[in-house]
Amino acid sequence: MLKTENLSFKYENGNSFLFPDIDTQDGGITLVLGKSGIGKSTLLHLLAGLMPPHTGNIWVNQEDISQMKGSNLDQYRGKNIGIIFQQNHFISSLSVLENLLLAQSLAGNEVNSKKCLNTLKQLNIEEKANKKTNQLSQGERQRAAIARALVNSPSLILADEPTSALDDENCEIVIDLLSHIAKQNNSALVVVTHDGRLKSKELDTIVLH
Amino acid sequence: MSIIKLAWKNIINNPLSLLLSIILFALGIGLISFLLQFNKQVSEKFEANLADIDLVIGAKGSPLQLILSSMYHIDNPTGNIKIEDAKPFLNPNHPLLKTSVPLSLGDNYHSYRIVGTNHDILPLYKAQIDEGNLWHDDLDVTIGHDVAQETGLKVGDKFVSSHGFDHDDDLAHNDSSFKVTGILVPSGTVLDQLILTNTASIWNVHNHESTEDNAENHKHSEEEHEHHNGHTHEGSLHDHDNSNADLLTHPEEQITSILIQYKNKTGLQALNMPRAINENTKLQAASPAYEINKLNNMVGIGTNTLKILGILIAFVSAISIFISLFKSLKDRKYELALIRVMGGSKIKLFTLVILEGLIISIIGFLIGIILSHLGMYFAGNFMEKDFRYSFNAFSFIKEEFLLALASLAIGLISAIIPAIQASNTEINETLSKKNF
Repeated sequence: MLKTENLSFKYENGNSFLFPDIDTQDGGITLVLGKSGIGKSTLLHLLAGLMPPHTGNIWVNQEDISQMKGSNLDQYRGKNIGIIFQQNHFISSLSVLENLLLAQSLAGNEVNSKKCLNTLKQLNIEEKANKKTNQLSQGERQRAAIARALVNSPSLILADEPTSALDDENCEIVIDLLSHIAKQNNSALVVVTHDGRLKSKELDTIVLH
Repeated sequence: MSIIKLAWKNIINNPLSLLLSIILFALGIGLISFLLQFNKQVSEKFEANLADIDLVIGAKGSPLQLILSSMYHIDNPTGNIKIEDAKPFLNPNHPLLKTSVPLSLGDNYHSYRIVGTNHDILPLYKAQIDEGNLWHDDLDVTIGHDVAQETGLKVGDKFVSSHGFDHDDDLAHNDSSFKVTGILVPSGTVLDQLILTNTASIWNVHNHESTEDNAENHKHSEEEHEHHNGHTHEGSLHDHDNSNADLLTHPEEQITSILIQYKNKTGLQALNMPRAINENTKLQAASPAYEINKLNNMVGIGTNTLKILGILIAFVSAISIFISLFKSLKDRKYELALIRVMGGSKIKLFTLVILEGLIISIIGFLIGIILSHLGMYFAGNFMEKDFRYSFNAFSFIKEEFLLALASLAIGLISAIIPAIQASNTEINETLSKKNF
C-alpha cells in the first residue's frame, strides 16, 4: 500500500509543487490525472523514491522511503516498487527472461526462473521468454515490461502513461489487465496519466491542478 | 543473473568492437611476452654456454665469428691454425693458463658437429657421462643427449660422418666409421648437440681423404706418430692419450681453435694476453664476454624497438577499450538508469563497467599468452632446424605473471572513467528526457 502526507517538491529554478495526500488500498487502483507540466512526472519520481521530496513523507508498505538513502533506498525500491514506463526499455543484451531474472537479482531477491516464467505466463507471453526484447512487438514489449514490474511481487506498482499511445480498444485491454494484475498480486496500483478516457472507468481519482 | 554475467552479455552484444579491442590487446601482450621469453631463453642458452671460458684462440677473422663457431657452434670457423703456431697455448705448463681445450671442427653427422677435443671440455660445461664411457681410442665418440635422441644412436653404434657442417650424403667419409662409446647427461649447454671425439680422429678422417685411401701410407704415418709419441700403447695403433702434450708432437697438423681459462682472470698479464696475441702472432684471440655483450647490444636495439612497439599496441588497445566502453555507455544510458530503478546501487553500475573492461583485458591477455607461446614454438622449430638450438615453448616465466597484473591494470584504468560516469548516471534526467 501507499500513503503520502504533505508532499511537496521544489526545483532549483523555483518551480514548486504541492501534492494532495494519497492513501491507497492493497489491490486498489488509483488514477492520478493532470495536464502536462502540472507535476505528474515529479510525483511519480517522488513515489518511486528516485528523488527526495522537499517536505512530507511517503510510506510504501509501512516504511517511510522519504527517510531512506543510497543503496538502502535502491534495494527497497527494487523489492517493493514496480515501475512501468511509457516507453518500454529493457537491457538490450538480455532476453526477456534474463531481464526478469536481473530484476530479481538487483532487488536482492532469490533468482528464480520458475517464478519469472509464471509471471510471463500470467501476461500470456511465456513463449517469448528467450527472445531478445527488440524482437518483440510493441504490445508484447508492454506486457514484458509489466511482467518485469511484477516479478518481485511489489506492494506498489507505478504506471506512467500506460495507455496514452494506444487506441481505444487497447486502452481498455491494458487498463483492465493492470487492475486485474494488481488485484491478483494484492498490490496497490497508481496510474499517472493525462489520458481522459480513463475517467470513465470509475476509479479512485486524484486530479492535479 | 549476476553482475558478471550481465557484464559478459553486454560485451558480447557488441562483437565487432569487442573483437577489435581483444585483437589489439592480444597483439600487444603477445608481442611483449614473446620478446620476454625469447630474450630470456636466448640469454640463458648463451649464459650456460659461456662456461667460464675467458678466451678463444683461433684463426684471424671476425672475433664474433670465432666465438660463435667455437663456443656456440652456430657459425663456420674462421679457419684452422697450425699446432706449431699455437704451441705456447697448448703447453700444459703455461704459467697463466689453467685450462686449454683444443677444438677441431669440420665434420658432421646429420648436421650435428663432430668436435675433436680432449676430456677437459667436459668440466667446462659441467657435463657428465650418462651411458657407456668417454671416448678413448681414435674414432671413438661420446655423443650429446640431443644427438642421441634425434639420431637414435646408441652406445656401440657405428656411423659415417660427412664433411662440412650440413648433412650431405655425397660428402660422406665412407671409409672411416665412428663408434659411439658413450652418451652424456643433458647439461642444457651446447654439448647436448655435439659429437665429441679426440683430435686425431678428425685428422684421421681427413688424412684418409688426402692420401686417396693409401693404406700403406697412412699406416706409415701412424707408425711415425707412434714413434714420436715415445710411449707404448696398450690398444690399437690408433691410440692417442687425448692430452695436449700429445698434440704438441704433431706441429704440422691443424686444429680449429683453443678454449682458454686463465689461472688468474684479473692478472695484468692475463689482461694483456689477447692484445699480445692479436698483434704479435698469426692467431686471433677473442673474449667471449666482450663479444657476446657486443652481440647482445646489437640484438638489443631490435628487441627494444619491438618491445616499445608492443607497449604502444597495448596502449592503443587501452584506448580502444576506453572508447568502446564510453560509446556503449552513451547508447546504454537508459539501461543504466533502469538498473538503478530496478534496485541496483551506484556501486553496482561502477562494478558493471569495470568488469566489462576487465573481462576484455583478461581475454586479451590469455589470447596474447597463447600467441606468444605458439610464437616460441615456431621460433624454436626454426632455431632447431638452423642452429640446432632448442627452445622450450611451454615453460612459463614470472614475467608473464607481471604481464597478467599489467593487463588487469590496463583493463581497470581504461574502464575507470566510463565506470565513474556510469555510476553518476542521473536517473531522473535520463528517464524524464525520453519518458515523462
